[in-house]
Amino acid sequence: MKLSPRFRLPALAATLAGALCAQGALANEMLGRNLAATCANCHGTNGQARGDMKPLAGMPADKLVAMVADYRNGNQPATIMHQIAKGYTEDQIRLIAAFFAAQKPAAK
Amino acid sequence: MNRQDPRFPNGLPRRRLLGAGLALGGLGALSLAGCATPGGPSIGRVVVIGGGFGGSTAARYLKMWGGNVDVTLVERNPNFVSCPISNLVVGGFRRIEDVTRGYQGLAAMGVKVVRGEVTAIDAAGKKVRLAGGGEIAYDRLVVSPGIGFMWEQVEGLQAAVAGGSIAHAWQAGEQTLLLRRQLEAMRDGGVYALSIPRVPYRCPPGPYERACMVAAYFKQAKPRSKVLVLDANAEIQSKKALFEKAFKDHYGGILEYRPNSEIKSVSGLTAKLEFEDVKADVLNVVPPQRAGDLARTSGLVNVNNRWAGVNWLTMESTAAPGIHVLGDATFPAPAMPKSGHMANQHAKVAAAAIIQLLKGEAVNPTPVVMNTCYSFVTARDVVHVASVHQYDAADKTFKTVPGSGGVSAAANQIEGRYALSWADNIWADMLAV
Repeated sequence: MKLSPRFRLPALAATLAGALCAQGALANEMLGRNLAATCANCHGTNGQARGDMKPLAGMPADKLVAMVADYRNGNQPATIMHQIAKGYTEDQIRLIAAFFAAQKPAAK
Repeated sequence: MNRQDPRFPNGLPRRRLLGAGLALGGLGALSLAGCATPGGPSIGRVVVIGGGFGGSTAARYLKMWGGNVDVTLVERNPNFVSCPISNLVVGGFRRIEDVTRGYQGLAAMGVKVVRGEVTAIDAAGKKVRLAGGGEIAYDRLVVSPGIGFMWEQVEGLQAAVAGGSIAHAWQAGEQTLLLRRQLEAMRDGGVYALSIPRVPYRCPPGPYERACMVAAYFKQAKPRSKVLVLDANAEIQSKKALFEKAFKDHYGGILEYRPNSEIKSVSGLTAKLEFEDVKADVLNVVPPQRAGDLARTSGLVNVNNRWAGVNWLTMESTAAPGIHVLGDATFPAPAMPKSGHMANQHAKVAAAAIIQLLKGEAVNPTPVVMNTCYSFVTARDVVHVASVHQYDAADKTFKTVPGSGGVSAAANQIEGRYALSWADNIWADMLAV
């Protein structure tokens, strides 16, 4: 069926918006991935930590955001994380938290 | 939405505006795997030269994030031997095996690991030449050559190191073991002299950690012996107060620190400074440093005739398009240390950018890198320095975030455990082992 021009335009707009939105989400996810990779040196690749480091893979996003906020404002004493937490914006921490929440925890 | 965000002087990237309307928790459901189908057509060939902290991480993340990128890693050594933690080997608190890892993890994930030496880069022809005559073609090249030594600045040193009478032990492996053997063979009552070059050099706190480790060994096994630190700099270059406290609290009577003591030449085991000669039983000279030799011979060194300049968004050389330089060889951004940790972070910026460049996509305009460095002041007590560096679009460089970063409140054993866990995690992160 041929759509009349009246219908075609909104359909095109919807398709474009959908594509842009998916692209935006993907870019956001990629930014989260890149930011989270800055944590991997201590917390393991994709948050699957070894040894005494806190594993972040699979941690609910809200929990990680709250934890970092506690480090940042001094409510949670730390050896080093209070200093590192202050280097990231809240938006960046949310992206990092979303990335780790979606990762599989390391096998025990 | 605040359009005046100082991190985005050119306005907020579109994805932030769109992303703000989405529930962040749901983002994880979208899989990145969809844009890198294993087994699909290759999106490009990347050759990585150097399997240290920078190069190995680049190879691993190119494979992990890029999926169907052809990645070849060229490394001359059969195994990776870590400089971080190797001062514990010098002190006798760890074995060399503890700081050695293989490349099998990278091979298992599809990285073609070539043991060999690159003798030349043909930037125009996009290929590298190997000792022995082979060639490997690339679409993008990663050069992570580490440091080279400025032998000409210390007369007699190159021959002494080549002859095995003096160790630098600033590249881990045989040199680490040589220094350890010299310390073991030294008589009780002998002098170990450590010469530190002017900054910049690889691992700013490393020499002071080494002084502590040797002093800890002497305290335990050769209590009449001395550690003499000859620093070309005017003061301790990293974690100063913490090292000063360790020198005083743990090694009073064993360790002597002398600032402004630049070595000019060596003769036998005598270090010749400007106004005095220092005779040692074990002389350990950390030579002045520049970018690794391959960076120099391939025209990548374009800052101060010493370091390789890079575009920080991509780590691409400012001297040669298509070639990305990582780690200690780069001319650093302000307050950016030459460290294995930082090289690993450089590699992730490069890996993300290279994948997007191969796909013809825009690169991330807001990269972040950070550094953590733990130093042992005793066999158990550790101090750290940390920093976070956000990209500044206006000045096109990374800058530390005001109010972030810092050093340990005091040396402590909790960070002693963290230091060893850091090593396990970063070695696994770079080598997939």
